[in-house]
Amino acid sequence: MLKLLRKIVQTGRVTGTVPLDAGPRPSLLLNAAHPLRGSVQIRQVDAGSCNGCETEFAAAFGPVYDVERFGVRLVASPRHADALVVTGPVTRNMAVPLVKTFEATPGPKLVIALGDCARDCGVFAGGYGVAGSVADVVPVDVEIPGCPPTPDDIVASLRRVVGR
Amino acid sequence: MSPTGIAVAVLQVVLSIASAPFLVGMMRLIRARLEGRVGAPIRQPWRDLRKLFRKERMVSTNTSIVFSLAPLVLLASAALVAGIVPFLSTTSALDQVGDLFAVVYLLLLGTVFLSLAGLDAGTAFGGMGSSREMTIAAIAEPTLLVAIFALSVSTGSSNLGAIVADTLAHPSRAASPASMLAFSALAVVTIAETGRIPVDNPSTHLELTMIHEAMILEYSGPDLALVELAAHLRLVVFLGLLANLFFPWGIATTAQPLHLVAAAGAVAVKLIVLAAVIAVIEVFIAKVRLFRVPELLAASFVLAFLAVTVSFFLV
Amino acid sequence: MIGGALALAAGAALFAIAVGAVLPVRQRVVWVGLFTALCAGAGGVAAAAVLAGGNTFTADFPDLFPLGGVRIEFDALSAIFVLATAVVAVPAAIYGIGYSARGPSSRPAQVAWPLLVWGVMMVPAAGNVTGLIAFWELMALSSFVLVLAEHHHNPEARTAAQWYASMTHLSLLTIVLALAVLAHQAGGDSFTAIRAGTDHIGPTTATVVFLLSLVGFGAKAGVAPLHVWLPRAHPEAPSHVSALMSGAMVALGVYGLIRVGWDLLGGGPTWWGATVLAVGLVSAMFGILHALISSDLKRLLAYSTTENMGLVFIGVGAAGMFASSGNQPLASVALAASMLLVVNHAAFKGLLFLGAGSILSATGTRDLDRLGGLARRMPVTAATFAVGSLAIAALPPLNGFVSEWLLLQSLVHSLPSNAAVVAVAMPVAVAVVALTGGLAAATFVKAFGTTFLALPRTVEADQAHESPRTMQIGLIALAGVCVALALAPTALAAPLQRVSLAVGGLADGRPIHTNGVYLQLSGIEAGLSPLLLATGLAVMMVAVLVVVRRGRLRRTVRDIPAWGCGRTVQTARMEYTATSFAEPLQRVFDDVLHPEIDIDVDHRTESRHYVQAIRYRMHIRDGFEHRLYLPVLSVVRRWGDGARRVQNGSIHRYLAYSLITLIVVLVVSR
Ligand code: SF4
Repeated sequence: MLKLLRKIVQTGRVTGTVPLDAGPRPSLLLNAAHPLRGSVQIRQVDAGSCNGCETEFAAAFGPVYDVERFGVRLVASPRHADALVVTGPVTRNMAVPLVKTFEATPGPKLVIALGDCARDCGVFAGGYGVAGSVADVVPVDVEIPGCPPTPDDIVASLRRVVGR
Repeated sequence: MSPTGIAVAVLQVVLSIASAPFLVGMMRLIRARLEGRVGAPIRQPWRDLRKLFRKERMVSTNTSIVFSLAPLVLLASAALVAGIVPFLSTTSALDQVGDLFAVVYLLLLGTVFLSLAGLDAGTAFGGMGSSREMTIAAIAEPTLLVAIFALSVSTGSSNLGAIVADTLAHPSRAASPASMLAFSALAVVTIAETGRIPVDNPSTHLELTMIHEAMILEYSGPDLALVELAAHLRLVVFLGLLANLFFPWGIATTAQPLHLVAAAGAVAVKLIVLAAVIAVIEVFIAKVRLFRVPELLAASFVLAFLAVTVSFFLV
Repeated sequence: MIGGALALAAGAALFAIAVGAVLPVRQRVVWVGLFTALCAGAGGVAAAAVLAGGNTFTADFPDLFPLGGVRIEFDALSAIFVLATAVVAVPAAIYGIGYSARGPSSRPAQVAWPLLVWGVMMVPAAGNVTGLIAFWELMALSSFVLVLAEHHHNPEARTAAQWYASMTHLSLLTIVLALAVLAHQAGGDSFTAIRAGTDHIGPTTATVVFLLSLVGFGAKAGVAPLHVWLPRAHPEAPSHVSALMSGAMVALGVYGLIRVGWDLLGGGPTWWGATVLAVGLVSAMFGILHALISSDLKRLLAYSTTENMGLVFIGVGAAGMFASSGNQPLASVALAASMLLVVNHAAFKGLLFLGAGSILSATGTRDLDRLGGLARRMPVTAATFAVGSLAIAALPPLNGFVSEWLLLQSLVHSLPSNAAVVAVAMPVAVAVVALTGGLAAATFVKAFGTTFLALPRTVEADQAHESPRTMQIGLIALAGVCVALALAPTALAAPLQRVSLAVGGLADGRPIHTNGVYLQLSGIEAGLSPLLLATGLAVMMVAVLVVVRRGRLRRTVRDIPAWGCGRTVQTARMEYTATSFAEPLQRVFDDVLHPEIDIDVDHRTESRHYVQAIRYRMHIRDGFEHRLYLPVLSVVRRWGDGARRVQNGSIHRYLAYSLITLIVVLVVSR
């Protein structure tokens, strides 16, 4: 326990050692009156990704990028969520669950397509198991490009979404 | 039941509801800082709640009226307890309405309703959460009541106001072995009942490890806001009990506004200290397996039991 | 007035019996129900009159039996038990009209029912040994007939009846023995004579009488380890009969124990109370653990009766201990707690059994794992069962909480005390009461949740309909009684004082004061106001609702399936069952329950790494039955086999036996 304490003291704060304003600008910005401004809970849906996007997405919630400080949190149930982050091309098996998840989310809600696969099926386009891009299955509000997008991109985009 | 007493009770309820999310925000912030993160601002839980109140409410087709009733009962029972517990003053009108036993059983009432709601949707995880929550609630009960027993032996009463007044009159009792044993027992139960590490992890995303969260997977929007607010409030109530039963100094024994303000300051300091301690401890320990929790609670029961017998043999 | 009411009760019972024997089925059920209700109602009026006025009513029927007369002595202690009986019997009788029409409408059952109600009411009213035993046997026989009432389509009922008959007669035997010794030593058959003659009774005799009556009355109360008949007989009896048996009949065990131990004998040393307390502690824990893991609804309720009687015994035992150590005021509080619990238990256990009957007649099953989703299909049953569940789990603001609170107060304020045994026993008692409270909450969350919530698990549950009107009336009436007892326990303060005065050897004084709507205890600085607690809860709920509604509330979406992690269909097989709900607690108490678990794994023929099917079976036996009764029974059976060899039906052998006996007698007597 003392070892851990020493480590905590020595390490100090690690967040923000990377520039946050990098990356492309997403199209959506919540205005001041929007109910979701300042607090967005996210349910992540893996619709068939290679897990590259997940790794980067998870990194965005780690100590270095710490997107939680802007009021973004991960939740376990779509009932608690305001936004769905969907990764990967939508495979045939995940098409129905994705729609169900979308329907299970109370409005107002957003869908964020994370990664090139989610936007346009990326390298998997035309695969026999692929049902289409995320936009083919549920309405997409925000797209974050990249294969995979860097945590910087993800943080920057999510900041745009929360408005902080 | 005097008008000032009622005013004090209402003030306690309003203040504790208003401050509960801030306390939780503070605990999250402390945790984040110790993890090397910046963390969300202290007011973030309030923001989350405000947003939830503006969202749609979803009620699935399988559920019955219990599902809609549970958040109301949960919050109402916690709020009523906030009116009974002497946070600001011993002159709350609710002091004679219920004693510590009533407090414990009122909190159990909320737990029972939430567990029923967990079963109501008929999903596997909801039932799992209910079953686990009732397991922990049931085996935490002996510790709670025996600790109350220990507290009321020296005072001769289980009424909160009387216990607080007694400790104020005999400050040395706060440092007696019985009181310290009872404090540690209640501290363990507080952690179990408020779903903190090592009993439950409030920020888990994995359904299989959930207890409290699993029951509320089905709630959305305003209902979820009520459940979360009630959870925050229960934390404040438990910490407030710990704070004022064992360290009552600063509490007002009258209902004069100036005293009340001072008491509010005092109780705020105590709550912040206790919450900070819990938050720091949580960074250092891991959640234990569900079937190790009974051992933890059994240990706390032994402490409570010792507290009673010590008060018999040493006094 | 009291005499008139009791005479009316007897008349109504007689009329109901006559009607039950004569009328054709349709009318029989209705008139028997109505007159039984009248009988119980009249008894209730008499009890209320005694409790309100405080005069003991006595009457003599000296030549009723060849060997002794029957005396009626109706004091406050009798009255509180008769009141408890009336509380459950009136609604149960009305409920029985609708219930019997679909089930036990046979002549014997319809004759036995009013007889049972009357017997249960008259046992506490008896004022001499002969009367007590006569009514006791009447009650035992009529309930035996009723346990057997449904044996045609329910073979289980026969084994249950066997167990019931043997345990009842064991109980009767010990009671007769105890009372005979008592009456003989004290020099009189009537209670007044016995009370006057207690001085002639030595401590050894008193102890023997006390222990015998503890066994006899304990068996009736269904406390461990004499409870074995209870979880068998109560589930098999028709539900309105189970309600009366569980709600009122078992409480007579407590009545008998108090009457003999602390009224007639005038109390004894501290260990009497400590023994009763210990029996109570074991029963409470044992009962609630088995209730928790039961998935048969009526069996669950029966085990919970063992638990509640255990709690009553804890109160009585604590009262005995306090009284022997000279703390009479606290003894009064403990006694008042037990008596209030008896009345409350009659109300909520009666309600729950009637609810279980309603479920049973709608779905044909009492297996919790085959129910579900009944809240929408049977709203009245669901709402009343919910009231009963909250009450029995001792949750505020319902009535169970008030008696639990009183019990805890009496236990907690036993310290500081000069007796070390009290200092050790009381924390244990508080812990057990607390644990049973917590486990009862879990048990009834399970019972209510798996019966009424979520999706129905079988077709029968899916197609259930609400019960007929008479049954609903019974349910609503009992739920109303629970609420009334919860909100106005202050009204019972004066009656409870009379009860405590009636038991001279146990308590004196005034257990409960009322200060407006507050409940306050004598010598204890503690208060409770159930009414204001309920009001506070209601006010808070309304306030929350108003605040939420004032916000900018969006629409409510209703037409969606429950969230199930994206899977395509939700079926009832995904729900938690009663068994799975109780599993964590069952694992926690593994050492006490000793479950037997079998797991069979079938592998595929191609490779043993692939599993075809897994069967999991878990069986939890009643520990007392398994380790205590079965060995004794097997010894008895071996004796029986030996006797068969001696008695083989051959006339020559019998003649030889007679000859040998004759010779032996002649030799001995010479
Ligand atoms: S976008 Fe790239 S990293 Fe993300 S799922 Fe597709 S292939 Fe994997």
